[in-house]
Amino acid sequence: MNLIEVKNLAFAYNSSPVLEDITFAVKPGDFIGLLGHNGSGKTTLIQLILGILKTKEGKIKIMGQKIEKFNQWSKIGYLQQKSAPPSLMPLTAFEVVRLGRVSTKGLPRIFNKIDNKKTQEVMAKTNCLEYKNKLFYELSGGQQQRVLLARAIINNPALIILDEPSTALDASSRGSFFDLISNLNKKDGATILLITHDMAEIGKYINKFFILDKKIIFYGDKQTFCKSPEVANHFGPYTQHIMDHLHTTGPCPFGGHSWE
Amino acid sequence: MEFLSFAFVWRALIAGALIAIVTAVLGLFLVLKRLSLIGDSLSHVALSGVALGLLTNTSPIFVAIPVVMASSLGIFKITKHTKVYTDSALGIVSATGIAAGLIIAALAGGFNIDLFSFLFGSILTVSWAELVLAAVLTLLSLAIIYVFYNDLIAIVFDENFATTAGVNTERINTILVLISAAVVVIALRVVGIMLVSAMLIVPPVAALQLAVNFKRALILACVFSIIGVVSGIYLSFAFNLPSGASIIIVDLFILVICALIKKYAFKKRKLTASN
Repeated sequence: MNLIEVKNLAFAYNSSPVLEDITFAVKPGDFIGLLGHNGSGKTTLIQLILGILKTKEGKIKIMGQKIEKFNQWSKIGYLQQKSAPPSLMPLTAFEVVRLGRVSTKGLPRIFNKIDNKKTQEVMAKTNCLEYKNKLFYELSGGQQQRVLLARAIINNPALIILDEPSTALDASSRGSFFDLISNLNKKDGATILLITHDMAEIGKYINKFFILDKKIIFYGDKQTFCKSPEVANHFGPYTQHIMDHLHTTGPCPFGGHSWE
Repeated sequence: MEFLSFAFVWRALIAGALIAIVTAVLGLFLVLKRLSLIGDSLSHVALSGVALGLLTNTSPIFVAIPVVMASSLGIFKITKHTKVYTDSALGIVSATGIAAGLIIAALAGGFNIDLFSFLFGSILTVSWAELVLAAVLTLLSLAIIYVFYNDLIAIVFDENFATTAGVNTERINTILVLISAAVVVIALRVVGIMLVSAMLIVPPVAALQLAVNFKRALILACVFSIIGVVSGIYLSFAFNLPSGASIIIVDLFILVICALIKKYAFKKRKLTASN
């Protein structure tokens, strides 16, 4: 069964079309890099998939359920592009991570010892235990990002969606951040959909490229990506530059370049 | 302690303490969700309900509750389905409430003592029926907040995240505005239409100055709110001052102290920690 199925999806803000005729499927175990320039519709697509925005045209199914009826939210982890909680919100890092357990609770949604234990474990896994009692709004951007990642993966989700997760991280933190994501994909079998502008860093982790510019320009594996005339047309003179910056393996047909 | 020997004082203290707790708890969510001024708008709408009650010779509180609840849903629908910012919607509803209230009051023969008691609060004249109503609505509101406690926190923290955590954001927002409407109406008797929003805002803002986690913020907001009500009632009784204004002045005094503690004591603690 496909984890995500999108058919003939279109979306517009007022009268400006943002997405047109989007059809694709995501299989379990994929690690997909979703790329596109600013305004290409990446975040809109993710928000439609997650039901944050309502679809007006087209169909979306998650894990076989229509998004309108979807109820297995604990199987999805989402780390959004920018999270700007109220600046005085008195939640500690621990309390923020534990909020990820809301999707596993019935009514009343009150946390128990198991939720606290899970929170402790995932914070250790994402290296943010040392500041668990600090207020979230007092943490640095990178520390906040780790806390939000911990919240996204606290339920061992089958599908993890990350929207430009590395923007607040310094160079050394980015490496360990992507290693952790890669482990979730390889060891835990999580399917990852990652929006990024950082082509240079994701090439060695992902197995599929998704290039979006209102329409799907390309969706397929890395080797096909290198041979795709659509990709060459889309990126034009920058194609070689992009290929040079992708750390992947195997021969690349563009300009006789070879991958490492 | 002579003032505790009167039954009406005990009624005022019990009703005031209950309302202090529910306004503090609800107010904390509203302040953090940047909906502080919903109390102001809804209290102005309550003026219409109260005036309508007085015009029709019905209990003003019982008429105000459905009128204010309907208006709170109106604010929610306006911001959700039209291109109107929340503060604009609050302004529109607020102005409509005052305008309608003034017209109804004029039809009823102008302002009378009863209407003034709702404008400025008169906790010392709370009846047994109003005390029971305050207790029922307070306990009901607190029970609903308890059941959806973490949904509310998730929505206030980040509404997009809340959606992907399976929280029915529309339902929770609807519950939040309906509880706000009920709480605003029952708080009218304590501080009056003119000051009800201060009761929702000041104790939570004072608590946020000193909070180190969410639970602490809730507890502090309740404690400050109760201190404000009890001290205000005492000041009102002892010095023949308006009860609503006395309560809010005590609340503001607590806020100033909390802000000073935050500025000096917390700063000193941080400096010590960093050394």
